[in-house]
Amino acid sequence: MATVKTLIYLVIYPGLLFLFLYSTFVEWYDRKLYARLQNRMGPTHTGRFGLLQPIADFFKLMAKEDIVPERADKKMFSALPAFGLAIVFTAMLLLPLWNYSLDKPSVTSFSGDLIVVLYLLSLPTFIFFLAGWSSTNLFSTIGAARVLTMLFGYEVPLFLAVLSPAVLANSWRLAEIAAFYRQRPALALVNLLGFVIALICVQAKLERTPFDIPHAETEIVGGTFTEYSGKKLAIFRLMMDAEMVVAAGLLATVFLGGFPGGPLFGLLNFIVKTLFVIFFLSLIRATTSRIRVDQVVSFAWKYLAPLAIVQLLIVILVKGLLS
Amino acid sequence: MKFQIPIGPQHPALKEPISLRMTVEGEVIRDADIRLGYNHRGLEKLAEQKTWIQNIYLTERICGICSHSHTTCYVQGVEKLMELEPPKRGLYIRTLVAELERIHSHLLWLGVAGHEAGFDSFFMYTWRDREIVMDILEIITGNRVHYGINTIGGVRRDLDEQQVKRILDSLDILRQRSEYYKHLGTNEPSFVARLAGVGYLSREDAIALCAVGPTLRASGVAMDVRKDDPYAVYDEVPFEVCTADTCDVLGRTVVRIKELFQCYNIIEFLLKNLPAGPVAVRAPRRAKPNEVVSRYEAPRGENIHYIKSNGTDKPERLKVRAPTLGNYAATIQMLKNGFIADVPLIFAAIDPCICCAERAVSLVDARTGQEKIISLNSLKSLSLKLSAGNKRKREAEWPL
Repeated sequence: MATVKTLIYLVIYPGLLFLFLYSTFVEWYDRKLYARLQNRMGPTHTGRFGLLQPIADFFKLMAKEDIVPERADKKMFSALPAFGLAIVFTAMLLLPLWNYSLDKPSVTSFSGDLIVVLYLLSLPTFIFFLAGWSSTNLFSTIGAARVLTMLFGYEVPLFLAVLSPAVLANSWRLAEIAAFYRQRPALALVNLLGFVIALICVQAKLERTPFDIPHAETEIVGGTFTEYSGKKLAIFRLMMDAEMVVAAGLLATVFLGGFPGGPLFGLLNFIVKTLFVIFFLSLIRATTSRIRVDQVVSFAWKYLAPLAIVQLLIVILVKGLLS
Repeated sequence: MKFQIPIGPQHPALKEPISLRMTVEGEVIRDADIRLGYNHRGLEKLAEQKTWIQNIYLTERICGICSHSHTTCYVQGVEKLMELEPPKRGLYIRTLVAELERIHSHLLWLGVAGHEAGFDSFFMYTWRDREIVMDILEIITGNRVHYGINTIGGVRRDLDEQQVKRILDSLDILRQRSEYYKHLGTNEPSFVARLAGVGYLSREDAIALCAVGPTLRASGVAMDVRKDDPYAVYDEVPFEVCTADTCDVLGRTVVRIKELFQCYNIIEFLLKNLPAGPVAVRAPRRAKPNEVVSRYEAPRGENIHYIKSNGTDKPERLKVRAPTLGNYAATIQMLKNGFIADVPLIFAAIDPCICCAERAVSLVDARTGQEKIISLNSLKSLSLKLSAGNKRKREAEWPL
């Protein structure tokens, strides 16, 4: 029985199948919202309301010619998409979606899983860097350098912002943090500043406008992905969508009280809360223009990092007042 | 570490082929080089084989955005050669279309600037509202891009009361929308952060390098052919020359938005003071031997046509200097010491129309860097010679 449950957990929900379908849905949601905000229609043709468009795009890309550049590091170039996808899908397993029970810490929900998820979310950035670097294309190389430069900007504020709710909840376990804020919803308001900072940092981590600098189309063509095509590009795109789901799920767990209510209502909760987070991500994407990489770093260290520290101080003060 | 980045001849930031070679250190550009000649027009030679009337439609096709600019510039020159005096009403309608074209060109440019800066929402909105101008142009001339309204001695179509009313109604919407873009373009923090201080061109450099149009006016030089050397009816129309003193891309944006408002005022004036009478006079088929230089303030800057006649019904020589060519030298100056990220913005800020400025193709040897110009026939035989022994490539296979 336990084996069957584990298999279902890994392959169907919330593992491969669910994450694949939900990522494509989220891509549709993001595209549609972005389009409507720009007074466009967005996908309409494939499936009802164009819902199947991302899946169609995925399979179409899978069928396209797959080119590996002559001078690229061929093994690394080909292995990176698979690694990246595996990392993001692993991170998804750690979210307290089905393993929300507090009394039985399982393999996928343990003390310190918050840190592991954050770590797993940092790795895709290095995957992008290596992907750009191993392509040996000029535009890819610049894109790769920009990926790393940006990482120095947003990573510290993101960690600070996500860790401060954990400090208040006195736990490093995602399920426990979520349960803490479910019991005391008023305390979630304390983390409002942190939520905003984390939203901006996640936007930067996902490399979306105004932080789509590593693959700024008008400047460096495809950036890190210039040389990628066919299956590998399809997997990278899926990986970025899945990363958006996981990052939104992480923010929803830490700031919005997680996904209570068993498998069914938990799923509903998950969908509503992640879409809520992604709504803000799309809003930022539609209302800003791309900034320069040096502006990202100075913005992150001038505003985000000090504000994240202020958030941490607030949390410590509140914690002192409570005890 | 210094290395060269090629932007173009094929690059997503460029809609037309041109090559910008940047020598960069990290993200900073140390040197820039512009290479032209990826586009063969053969237009000036063609003009010598067509009659005066046919050439109106040829010059219209020099550019898709400022099609009316080129025909007006040409037609004005020919009218001078033929010693024609077009009627007032014709000139008013010609000026009206010119100002409408300026609006559509500037709205288009705002969208492009938004897109180059990664602000796609701005792009979508400006281009949506550009449709209003395109519709007006269609009402007046029957076409959206190549209006075909100019003819030697006046214009080809008249305006009626209903059209005037519809244009005035549409102007109100455009004014409102432009107010919004003015606010957005100068207040949205991430957009302004990208534009301010980028592509600096000092007043002295702008004059020394012969910059034209909004690029020049954004450096604080109030120079506009409409004011300095009035053609058509610009000496009767009240308007201001818009300038900015920031000398950067933000200034060029501001100048263009300000010009939009001037255009609305000019159009309103033209429509309200439209004189009665015919719209065109009959033109002779031949022009006496003479030569003329015609100047015109296109949306992108000063447009110059040199026309020489030899007494027949065809020009002996037509030389076109599109405004983009005048701005290339200044572009190199603007690019130096900028960031790679700013290249598309700086280059787009001159509103380049590359095919307007191109004349002939030059071949560059990739190894030695030697340039030469050869005829089409020898190019054909060269390519046949080079590919003669090649095996035929396998057809691409369907991967599934």
